[in-house]
Amino acid sequence: MTATIPASTLPEPAAVAGGRPRFAGGKGSRRASRWTYLGLIMILLASMFPLYWQFLIGSHTVDKFYQQVPPLIPGGFFWQNAVRVVDTVEFWRALANSFLISGVITVSVVTFSTLAGFAFAKLRFRGRNGLMAFVVATMAIPTQLGIIPLFMVMREVGLVGSVWAVILPGLVTAFGVFWMRQYLASALPDELIEAARMDGCSMIRVFWHTAVPAARPAAAMLALFTFIMAWNDFMWPLIVLSPANPTVQTVLNQLQAGYAKDWPLVMAGTTMATIPLIVLFVVFGRQIVSGIMSGAVKG
Amino acid sequence: MATLTTQRGPDRSSTPTPARTTVRQRLSRLDVAVSPYLYITPFFLVFLLVGLVPLAYTVWVSLHRWTLGGPDPEFLGLDNYVRLLGDEVFWNAVGNTVAIFVISSSTQIAAALWIAVLLDSRIRARTTFRMGVLLPYVTSLVAVGVIFSNLFSDENGLVNAVIEGLGLDPVSWHRDQLPGWIAVATMVNWRWTGYNALIFLAAMQAIPRDLYESATIDGAGAWNRFRHVTLPMVRGTVIFVVITSSIGAMQLFTEPMLFTPGPGGNNGGPSRQYQTVVMLMFQESFSNMKLGYGATIAVALLVIILVIALMNFLLSRLIASDSVAPSRRRLRRRAEGGATR
Repeated sequence: MTATIPASTLPEPAAVAGGRPRFAGGKGSRRASRWTYLGLIMILLASMFPLYWQFLIGSHTVDKFYQQVPPLIPGGFFWQNAVRVVDTVEFWRALANSFLISGVITVSVVTFSTLAGFAFAKLRFRGRNGLMAFVVATMAIPTQLGIIPLFMVMREVGLVGSVWAVILPGLVTAFGVFWMRQYLASALPDELIEAARMDGCSMIRVFWHTAVPAARPAAAMLALFTFIMAWNDFMWPLIVLSPANPTVQTVLNQLQAGYAKDWPLVMAGTTMATIPLIVLFVVFGRQIVSGIMSGAVKG
Repeated sequence: MATLTTQRGPDRSSTPTPARTTVRQRLSRLDVAVSPYLYITPFFLVFLLVGLVPLAYTVWVSLHRWTLGGPDPEFLGLDNYVRLLGDEVFWNAVGNTVAIFVISSSTQIAAALWIAVLLDSRIRARTTFRMGVLLPYVTSLVAVGVIFSNLFSDENGLVNAVIEGLGLDPVSWHRDQLPGWIAVATMVNWRWTGYNALIFLAAMQAIPRDLYESATIDGAGAWNRFRHVTLPMVRGTVIFVVITSSIGAMQLFTEPMLFTPGPGGNNGGPSRQYQTVVMLMFQESFSNMKLGYGATIAVALLVIILVIALMNFLLSRLIASDSVAPSRRRLRRRAEGGATR
């Protein structure tokens, strides 16, 4: 549901892992020409332009925008527009809700995925292979198509309008379990587990002292992707939450639906909503890049 | 796999009180036997409750006339499915969804390959450029929809301003069908092209560099190196990206929904020009309150996606078993042969 990972984010094991290990350092087959840089800079501008555009519109007044050619230099009205956003919709509440929802989902997905991934990768138990095949098979199933009964249940138990209605369906993902299993299978040596057992560790202490430290890099990646996914979830919060208790995504929808003629207001809102993710990107962008490139599967 | 010994080492088990040891040993054995199940239970429990059970129950709902907040559901059998098959609005939504996917994925794959080739060359500020192409991926999804809805405004939109600046007629992005598809596909592509470029880049970096060297010695230019070395080597990755992204594309909702400024976004334009299947499901279930028919649409979509997933599975077996390895061998042979010639 909430953390249903769009199919295109599922790196395919056979596709990415096939082939040699990556070489270190800049080992391009050819030296980059001027045209390469020109192309890359164009792509960079295309990546940034829509984000610049929202700030641009968000920093002007409405009448300015109805000039024939839109202005290309930011105006000085961003703060006024931002204040209007806060006055018009429950923006701070939306921001707090989005952090709460994405945070709880991230912690939960990472915790349960690491536990289950450890069991599937390193422990022996009856039914292990069958259950793991089940996990892999369900990765392709879009659980978001079950929202109709899910909504009925949430109505029945009185959770409609509560952030818990958004959190509950996102608490685990099949992808997370698969991801952690793949990583731990190769990153956690069996000898380490055996040694811990020899020292008299209980299973949960074995998990805590061997699996958790070993899983850290993969867990960090899973956390980043899960957070972005949960933050961007739109349809389910739109169904189950009210305008009085929104998430960042649904509050933007409110602005877009209710004040469509007031682009500066709407765009100031989208700019404000983009800032947290931009901060996340500046801090963790490097890890996200290598997470995508390592493509889930090592070995 | 770890072979976990249930017994302690011999030196430790010889403790003075044998009875206590037995209890401990038993506990330890129980620990080893039960722990794996304890660790996987949270996942399976939650996944069944909020994932699979609702999905299965959707089938049951689809067999009823089930109105949100209305009278008791009435069993209809397969009536909803009969209606669905003859429903022009549904087929329109299927057509839109497929058309948007075809437009977006064809252009996206080409662009992503080109970006990956650029990133694969020896460049300065590698990390900056890689992060740069990924920037759209971390942007708030709804914000993307809003921004592009503005850029593609029929009046005073920047895209139309540029088109008019070129001396052409402005395009009715929100009123005509093909332009609407293109605009929605552009949104999807802006967000995902860089992401897929990084996946392709990873695949390209696994290509042995001697293949390029032999090709160059052979007199192959940049295009021919791409055409005859790069492309065949990343073919498997491309196929996987296409298929997996098609599963996501069948569930496209947010971008076309936000493309309409103002209320009623789930109609997908005044004459449903870009209404997708999930938008229709949303509209029937939560705007028209017809949960039964909404569930029928969900089940139909599920079937479509399962067929794609099955194709994915079969293709992955096919590629894993014979295509990739021989093609790589063939390539190397071709490259070597070329070098000696």
